[in-house]
Amino acid sequence: MVGERAVGLVRELQSAAGGRLPPFRAEELGQTLEEMRTLYERNQADVSEAKSGRTDLIFLIRFRHCCLLRNQRCIVAYLYDRLLRIRALRWEYGSILPNTIQFHMAAEEVEWFNRYKKSLATYMRSVGGEEGLDLTQDIKPPKSLYIEVRCLRDYGEFEIDDGTTVLLKKNSQHFLPRWKCEQLIRQGVLEHILS
Amino acid sequence: MAEAYFPVGPGLGPEENFLSLDDILMSQEKLPGRAESNLPRLAFALGQGSGAGSGDSIPEVTVGGNYNSRQAPRGAVQGGQRRSGAGHAGSARRGRGLRGAERPCFHRRYCEGLRGSKLEIPMWLAKGLHDSKRRLISVELPKIYKEAWRTVFSADANVVDLHKMGPYYYGFGSQLLNFDNPENPEIAQCILQTFINRFRRIMDSSQNAYNEDTSSLVARLDELERALFQAGQKGLNDFQCWEKGQASQITVSSLVQNYGKRKFTEMDG
Repeated sequence: MVGERAVGLVRELQSAAGGRLPPFRAEELGQTLEEMRTLYERNQADVSEAKSGRTDLIFLIRFRHCCLLRNQRCIVAYLYDRLLRIRALRWEYGSILPNTIQFHMAAEEVEWFNRYKKSLATYMRSVGGEEGLDLTQDIKPPKSLYIEVRCLRDYGEFEIDDGTTVLLKKNSQHFLPRWKCEQLIRQGVLEHILS
Repeated sequence: MAEAYFPVGPGLGPEENFLSLDDILMSQEKLPGRAESNLPRLAFALGQGSGAGSGDSIPEVTVGGNYNSRQAPRGAVQGGQRRSGAGHAGSARRGRGLRGAERPCFHRRYCEGLRGSKLEIPMWLAKGLHDSKRRLISVELPKIYKEAWRTVFSADANVVDLHKMGPYYYGFGSQLLNFDNPENPEIAQCILQTFINRFRRIMDSSQNAYNEDTSSLVARLDELERALFQAGQKGLNDFQCWEKGQASQITVSSLVQNYGKRKFTEMDG
């Protein structure tokens, strides 16, 4: 059935729950584009025929045109939704993505991510006075400057603002400034403990 | 991840949202229709009729000379299921004036779609072929939007399994209003009334099912209702979290939880 591949891409994306990013289906995308090219070429040939009087081709031309539009819509929606997910990655995960996620992104998407990072950084610098304002921090209103954290897995050395380094080993507990740990907590390295 | 990801939602009423994944899947659902004029190769193109299915099924009329089909016709013509009326199709095609100089793909299965034959077409195709003076196809209502089912809905809307009746009852029904059908006002009224009747139960169940398995509650809901249910659940969970004093706790992003057991190797920044 014409258009099945494109809809298959959309279906897969829709079923990836929680905004997860599935691998980039370059091959199916290429096949869909190939299908669109074929449809277009055949329509080109038929349109000139239809103009010189063969009205029975009109249906076929319209049908192919509908298929072309459908494929276009599916592909555009697929790519756009992936970008929305990648954008969410910057906010949820941070500016450095792990390799496993990067493998799922196409080269152009990585490029887009870098440019988005840069735009965001420029914007954040321009807001909030001299040093700028990190908007990705303090997603939940903070209650205190320092928080108690427990380490969930081995991370290594971690340096705090006043120069002291902390060794983050599994199950060790620390009392650290909130702004340094927030990102590690979101990434699952640390766990915020409420007293 | 879930918090920062805002997908394009489905459209409201008779307009679809172009970029919405939900709307794309909804418009993939099929409707019954009827061919209004001779539509050659339509059934094959739609993947129905004999020999249809996988691979390229783009119909082609070969024009002038040696046109080599890109996809070699798959195997022999399969006997068996042929639409009624296609038996004489070969001669009909020749009768319509394809000269010997042209080399059409002579497969009988192409010649289906004569006037009046029944078809099942996806919504996107129905919408695309419908505008203009309706000389190509005419669409009929799927059975759940017809009179019989409308009375069922008006009797008691809560018992109907809307997920089985096509998982996009409301969205698809709203799209049906695009085709000029004399029953449109009744259809619209029925969809609205069904929603009103079912809403109370959805709201109640989503606001009171905390930390339990909700699969039995959502099993009979269509997609729109499921989205509502999830919104209700999220509100409930957030409130409970606040009540327990955990609102200020920084939590792991759900993306990380989703990637779960896989090991992360971070790149050096």
